[in-house]
Amino acid sequence: MAPDAWMLYGLMYKSRVFEEAVRQIWQAGRISGEMHLGLGEEAIAAGIIPQLVEGDALALDHRGTPAMLMRGVAPLALLREFMGSPDGLCAGMGGHMHLFAPEKLAASSGIVGAAGPAAAGFGLAAQMLRPNCVSVAFFGDGATSAGMLLESFNLAVVWKLPVLFVCKDNDWAITTPAETAVGGNLLARARAFGMRAEEVDGRDALAVWQAASEALRHARAGNGPVFLWAHCIHLEGHFLGDGLLDMFRRPVYSLRKRVWPMVKGFFHPQGAAWGERLAAARQIVGQVLSIQNQTSPQGDPLLCLRPALERENARRLADLEASIRDEIQKVVSQAVALEGNMA
Amino acid sequence: MRKMSFSEAIDDALGQGMAADPRVLLLGEDVQGLHGGLFLRFGRQRVRNTPISEAAFLGAAVAASMAGLRPVAEIMLVDFLAVAVDALLNHASKLETFSGGRWQAPLVVRTACGGGYGDGGQHEQSLWGWLAHIPGLSVVVPSTPADAGGLMLAALELGSPVVFMEHKLISSIWLDFLGSGGRDTVTFDVPPDGEHGRVPDRWQPIPLGQALLRKKGSDVTIVTLGVGVHRALQASAELEKQGLSAGVLDLRSVSPLDKAAVCQEVSRTGRLLVVDEDYEGFGLSGELAAIVLEAGISCKYARVCTQTTIPFARRLEDETLPNVARIGAACRKLAG
Repeated sequence: MAPDAWMLYGLMYKSRVFEEAVRQIWQAGRISGEMHLGLGEEAIAAGIIPQLVEGDALALDHRGTPAMLMRGVAPLALLREFMGSPDGLCAGMGGHMHLFAPEKLAASSGIVGAAGPAAAGFGLAAQMLRPNCVSVAFFGDGATSAGMLLESFNLAVVWKLPVLFVCKDNDWAITTPAETAVGGNLLARARAFGMRAEEVDGRDALAVWQAASEALRHARAGNGPVFLWAHCIHLEGHFLGDGLLDMFRRPVYSLRKRVWPMVKGFFHPQGAAWGERLAAARQIVGQVLSIQNQTSPQGDPLLCLRPALERENARRLADLEASIRDEIQKVVSQAVALEGNMA
Repeated sequence: MRKMSFSEAIDDALGQGMAADPRVLLLGEDVQGLHGGLFLRFGRQRVRNTPISEAAFLGAAVAASMAGLRPVAEIMLVDFLAVAVDALLNHASKLETFSGGRWQAPLVVRTACGGGYGDGGQHEQSLWGWLAHIPGLSVVVPSTPADAGGLMLAALELGSPVVFMEHKLISSIWLDFLGSGGRDTVTFDVPPDGEHGRVPDRWQPIPLGQALLRKKGSDVTIVTLGVGVHRALQASAELEKQGLSAGVLDLRSVSPLDKAAVCQEVSRTGRLLVVDEDYEGFGLSGELAAIVLEAGISCKYARVCTQTTIPFARRLEDETLPNVARIGAACRKLAG
């Protein structure tokens, strides 16, 4: 099946507009706690999820909004869940890190790496109950350091489970750069388990589609799991209010909250030798500078696909975007109105 | 005397301990950023970021402590300790017994706990009763900056494994990181005396297992810890206006547990109310009832705890965690 670029772009654009609305509602204080958005990783979900069929399962991490949306969960149910409302997807009991849609076999977890065992279990159930069905695990590069994920790789291989393990690699585990946290090469690592493994540009929805199409065929045919290593960025860093991005976005706040304690530590009379302290300071500065790559337009999956569609039919693109914006605007108005009714 | 926040006090006492003993090091996820003052003061050898590999780095911290280091391993949130609990349950806590008393694991596990900021039931648990259930582990839950620093220093010096729990609602680093995310559009019911307060100019260790009577009372004894201390004090102040005198005993550590202080206070008032943010069943609140019964003290008993998975919805969360209204009602019922 050839990918429909318009359909993929529509999915990504809807997810983008929805999550940007979520960001505003969170900023306004109507959503509590942390907020991990999938801004920047839309192409990975869009390239895979439309290829799923009924009976396929999703094991999601703490960043599951785009996947849930693309699997067909109503945006209003998601937004009301984020707002902690009884009419939300999970009655306001879970929040954005704990999204569950049983009718779609889609489950999330806020525990890093937990998507691995969940996908293996969903894969086992598919193998025994739903022939030709698969499960898909989404996780970040940080999760590849979690033992339970690597144990799941092995389990899926030895039981030939129909699992697609998808690593959304943005090169950062919260504020820790992958180069200091992830040993070796992930493709080689997955292959060492005896698993088929592919690397793909996670900005490019069409490329993800192609890679996932082959991987899903492999898994559905009973040939065992596949590892897909997809590279992406996170436009908002790890979560909204990301401390490293804030250094640029809100320098005054960051100086007071984060830099000042560091300055005091740096000049404390008792501590490491000056060379050690300077190395630590240089490291922080380096990380602050390199987090900028997360917001680069070259990494934005929507901007990767949009120019081709614009060349093909600018009018159609404008109409598509306008209709999606309208749809999400209605959802937001409805969600806010419902909140008013309840108060 | 100086004044500082709860989270500054912990890092300050830890810094004093690190300066005094080169074997002490801090390791954990993102600690170089979360504890940036310690990172820039002590450098990369002694403040180490880890991969998200709790089972590996906590297990490694146990063995490193057996081989001469004094690691402070930070498990970002106690909920995540579940991934690595083997290191504590089957190893650190058992070592002294298994080695016939010849080997100890002088390790501190530093971890943020507790709720009240809307992060959902997988990020807001307390779990101190679950940990204190294991023989061989000490479990510390401070409620003020002064206690937090003094108990951290004692934990560093103890010579056996300690879980040091930092309630996020009074720890501005954590509340800023996870609760507000830098927003000024959200507010939390933060007890001011827990979040900020006077601390000594130089930290002295506060021995583990010594409860502190925060307020004397003649009608009811409220035994509690962490944020519960502040909720209980507020409830007690309101009850006082109604002519009911409720004392507040701050346990400060779950294990070792200051049984003598509990028994002494309860035998005076004849009424025990446990306020425990941890789960109600099979935990600290039941343990305190057992201790009093074993001591042959006759008393009336009630508890205000967390009974269910903590809801994400803020209003439901506030009803689920022990709050001032529930504490007040329970006291009146006990005394009535």
